[in-house]
Amino acid sequence: MQRHFHEELDALKQTLLAMGALVEDQIRRVMRALVERDDALARDVIERDQQVNAYDVEVDEKCVELLARYQPAAGDLRFLTTAMKIVTDLERIGDQAVNIAQRALELNKEAQLKPYIDLPRMAAKSQRMVKESLDAFVARDAELARDVCARDSEVDALKEQVFRELLTFMMGDPKTIARALHLILVSRFLERVADHATNIAEMVVYMIEGKIVRHTLA
Amino acid sequence: MADGIRVTKLNAWFGPSHVLRDIDLAMAPRAVTAIIGPSGCGKSTFVRCLNRMHEVVPGARAVGTVLQEGQDIYGPGVDPVEVRRRIGMVFQKPNPFPTMTVYDNVAAGLRLGGVRDRAVLNERVERALHAAALWDEVKDRLGKPGAGLSGGQQQRLCIARALAVEPEVLLMDEPCSALDPIATARIEELILELKRDLTIVIVTHNMQQAARVADATGFFLLGELVEVGPTSHLFTTPEDKRTEDYITGRFG
Repeated sequence: MQRHFHEELDALKQTLLAMGALVEDQIRRVMRALVERDDALARDVIERDQQVNAYDVEVDEKCVELLARYQPAAGDLRFLTTAMKIVTDLERIGDQAVNIAQRALELNKEAQLKPYIDLPRMAAKSQRMVKESLDAFVARDAELARDVCARDSEVDALKEQVFRELLTFMMGDPKTIARALHLILVSRFLERVADHATNIAEMVVYMIEGKIVRHTLA
Repeated sequence: MADGIRVTKLNAWFGPSHVLRDIDLAMAPRAVTAIIGPSGCGKSTFVRCLNRMHEVVPGARAVGTVLQEGQDIYGPGVDPVEVRRRIGMVFQKPNPFPTMTVYDNVAAGLRLGGVRDRAVLNERVERALHAAALWDEVKDRLGKPGAGLSGGQQQRLCIARALAVEPEVLLMDEPCSALDPIATARIEELILELKRDLTIVIVTHNMQQAARVADATGFFLLGELVEVGPTSHLFTTPEDKRTEDYITGRFG
């Protein structure tokens, strides 16, 4: 019976990883849609969010079922409660990809304001944080999880930089305001992706060490 | 009642086999302490040492200090019978005296203690049956055989019998393992009621039961106390790998 339960936990872990891979891919593709001004790809990202949502429901239901059927304790209990929280953050990262896709569709209606440099850098950093928070989850690597948390401030700093740069465009020419605002929103969405990755990493530390580190790491 | 039970360097043997090794454990007063562990880990022996029941088995002996409210129950001149009045026990299988009525089962300990006054007996029997949450079910059949009750009622009858002599501690050795889930739930509720007045130590195979009723839980393995702590802590973040493995079903 216990062996069966641990197989169920392994299967749940695989489902979470598949969801994580999908969400990462959504960020990668939406950034390509933005940079390459590809409407079809942006719409495809919006469409694929349904798959992310389906994973969210699947994982949540599975967690509730396993809690009800096996009443897990200790490490198993922390794994399940962590999985239930991680899935929410992953689903919201998926939503951020949709938000960016919608901004990309708006931006593509007008000429490109400027070459995008910092936004792809933010996206790359955020995406890597998502990937490594999940790597830390799988490998039970608290050190990597703490490292992910520490990198949140780099993404925050990039967001400030994007904001300052776009402010100069808006002050120089009011006709740029709409496009600049869309881009500021994109930077905000990417910053949220990094926040969600940080949440995941904090919960991974809890799962491994049993210590709640939320609101304590810088 | 302020100290509960403090066990220091308790060792126990059955003949040559050393079944408890250097147990140090404090059980808080007016609280429930659960003892968990796989079969043969010494948990039943441990509670039987707490009211000197262990030594009743031929060839069995125990060495160490067991302070109950500051008094060493293994001290010189201590009467084991008096110890067992203060520290009552309920067993795995409900064991009412088969030939006695419900009333006589509860009154048995009092009569043994010399209580003869009918009014006193009536009052104490009724109070014990109330405390064991059994009064309403048996008040009209006090003269019927105790063995005619359901399993859950029989177990509460045994609890009433233990409570009648007004103990300070109640030891329970797997009190629900022969009961269905509804009878189990009633006993668990009763345990939570009783801990307002009593120090309770419960041995259980059912880890969810320990998680539900106990304030503190101790994990025994191979005659040693591996870990003890607040139940909420032990079941979410145990310190010892062996505890983790046991409560997550990886062995045992």
